[in-house]
Amino acid sequence: MTTLQLENIVKRYKNHTVLDNLSLDVKDGETLVLFGPSGAGKTVLLRLVAGVIDPEEGRILIGGADMTDVDAEHRGIGMAFQNFALFPHMDAFENIATPLEAKRSSADAIKAGVHRVAKLLKIDHVLTHQPKALSNGQKQRTALARALAGSPPLLLLDDPLRNVDAKLRFEMRLELPRVLAAQGATVVYVTQDYKEAMALGDRIAVISDGRIRQIGTPEDIYNAPADIDIARLFGDPTINLLDVTPNAEADGVSVLLSDVRIALPGIPANAAGKACVLGLRPETLRFVPAGTPGAIPVTVEAETPLNEKTVTLALTVRSREILVSRPAGTPGPASGSAHIAVDGANAFLFDKETGALIARHGSHTGTQGEAA
Amino acid sequence: METTSTLEKTLRLLALTLVVIFFMFPIVWIFLMSFQTNETILRIPPQVIFEPTLSNYTALITGKLTSAAGTLDIAFMKNLGNSVFLSVTSVALALVLGVPAAYAFARHKFKGSEDIAFTLLSFRFAPPLLVLLPLTQYFQWLGLANTYIGLIWVYQLICLPLILWIVRGYFEDISADVEYAYRIAGHSWFATFRRIALPLAGPGIAAAGLLAFIFAWNNFVFALVLASADKQPVTVGALAFVTSSGIQYGQIAAAIVLSVTPTLALALYAQRYLVEGLSLGAVKG
Repeated sequence: MTTLQLENIVKRYKNHTVLDNLSLDVKDGETLVLFGPSGAGKTVLLRLVAGVIDPEEGRILIGGADMTDVDAEHRGIGMAFQNFALFPHMDAFENIATPLEAKRSSADAIKAGVHRVAKLLKIDHVLTHQPKALSNGQKQRTALARALAGSPPLLLLDDPLRNVDAKLRFEMRLELPRVLAAQGATVVYVTQDYKEAMALGDRIAVISDGRIRQIGTPEDIYNAPADIDIARLFGDPTINLLDVTPNAEADGVSVLLSDVRIALPGIPANAAGKACVLGLRPETLRFVPAGTPGAIPVTVEAETPLNEKTVTLALTVRSREILVSRPAGTPGPASGSAHIAVDGANAFLFDKETGALIARHGSHTGTQGEAA
Repeated sequence: METTSTLEKTLRLLALTLVVIFFMFPIVWIFLMSFQTNETILRIPPQVIFEPTLSNYTALITGKLTSAAGTLDIAFMKNLGNSVFLSVTSVALALVLGVPAAYAFARHKFKGSEDIAFTLLSFRFAPPLLVLLPLTQYFQWLGLANTYIGLIWVYQLICLPLILWIVRGYFEDISADVEYAYRIAGHSWFATFRRIALPLAGPGIAAAGLLAFIFAWNNFVFALVLASADKQPVTVGALAFVTSSGIQYGQIAAAIVLSVTPTLALALYAQRYLVEGLSLGAVKG
């Protein structure tokens, strides 16, 4: 285990700034997920840490030691690549053995080391296979095994589940925490899949356009997204975003949805009159019988039953689309017209102009201070 | 349908036969000539039936050319030895210099790297005759005229650009991630070059080396001007068969057969590497 600190990293390609004064602190033994859209700079960041490319500015510290100018082979890092990057002319055993060979381990130690990780990743039966004879899932496990084999204190995983099918991805999502725990390393994990990020991360750093937008625990980010983009990236189905203009009330502000007043407790009064966006997670909405106080009348457009939940697309009287999600098997709306209850306490309010979350008084907003 | 396809097959076979005859006839004819004396070769009309003789080959191997005008010394075996020595050492040197350079150009984009690579390629653009005169002057000043070292140096003009540009393409085809993975696993850049880049570009290096060998072997004009009799390769040495008492067709044919054999054998042996190497994307992980 070790720590990783990035201080004011700047990386440019020609005139394009890929990483813009980025700082990041990964704690000892933690799994930090770098989450963001493609082109956000996640892979570049990992390569900088690995030492295969150099930053224009800034420092990289591993375990407190400045590694900015240290060659990749001396940084003591394990890395798994999105495209596996297996050595095509070596069999799986030789692939996995490469970090151990670099340490000049004895033949017995190499054998023991390879079998340890092969067993952990359940590929001990394909060790004599060439990479082209391996299935995608086995390739990905071999690549992971190779990254783990040298027992590196710092492990970089660049979207390792990207190129495997959905079933394998699901399996590995369950299995990886056990594997990583057995390894006891500090992990930086890159992904574009929010479920992977939520499942694997002790903390998640949301990165886009070369900057960290928000960093915090999965709960922090889900329950208090720093801006509209982040709210949109986490959650399936996507959060409902409705343009609103809050009104001042005696005890804060409220918004009108289909002429029904919804109080937003804790939102500061200066939000009143500003163009805002109301964010409603589909799973916080409930269908209620007509006549329930504060219920919004809607028309049910379509229902999509998924395995574990049912998603309903509804239209408000002003034809605004709202997604409602409920656990599978629970009763849904009876007919074309229905009513939805909205709990203002679960709603997010964003500034429409800046996209930033309007914080509530005394609410917990995670560690977004680092987002600058 | 059956009839048309049979007709098509027949026509295709006919066309193929014609093409093969067109290309193979000179080679077969030379092969046949090499077993005939000058008298039977020059018979009119030419005849395919003849009494084979090994006299041409014995003359070449013993170095004694007996003609109507008397006995003449022919240094053919020496020439063949020179060809082998010059081509092998030139290609070896070009590989030693060119493969690391190709790797550098493929992996490290530095200021002016494209310009240097292009300059090296441009050696192939200039007609050899254009550079020969100044080269001869310089070589005389440097004492390199009529030396093996001088010839091998000049042969780099033929071999080096070829190897550099072909092999560079193969190195560029290797995913950078594969090399990064080996570096990160704890190996130096040199170990990465030796254990990852070289084996993966192997077929390409073999193909480039073979092509360079053929070009070096077939070179005529550099050796003609820069080498005297004892350093000349077969391409130049063959001129000796044009004697005052006539052209020794039989010996020329035998000399051609002998000088084609090494490149042909090499090409046949390396065929699978050539096919593997010249089909791009052979090293995708």
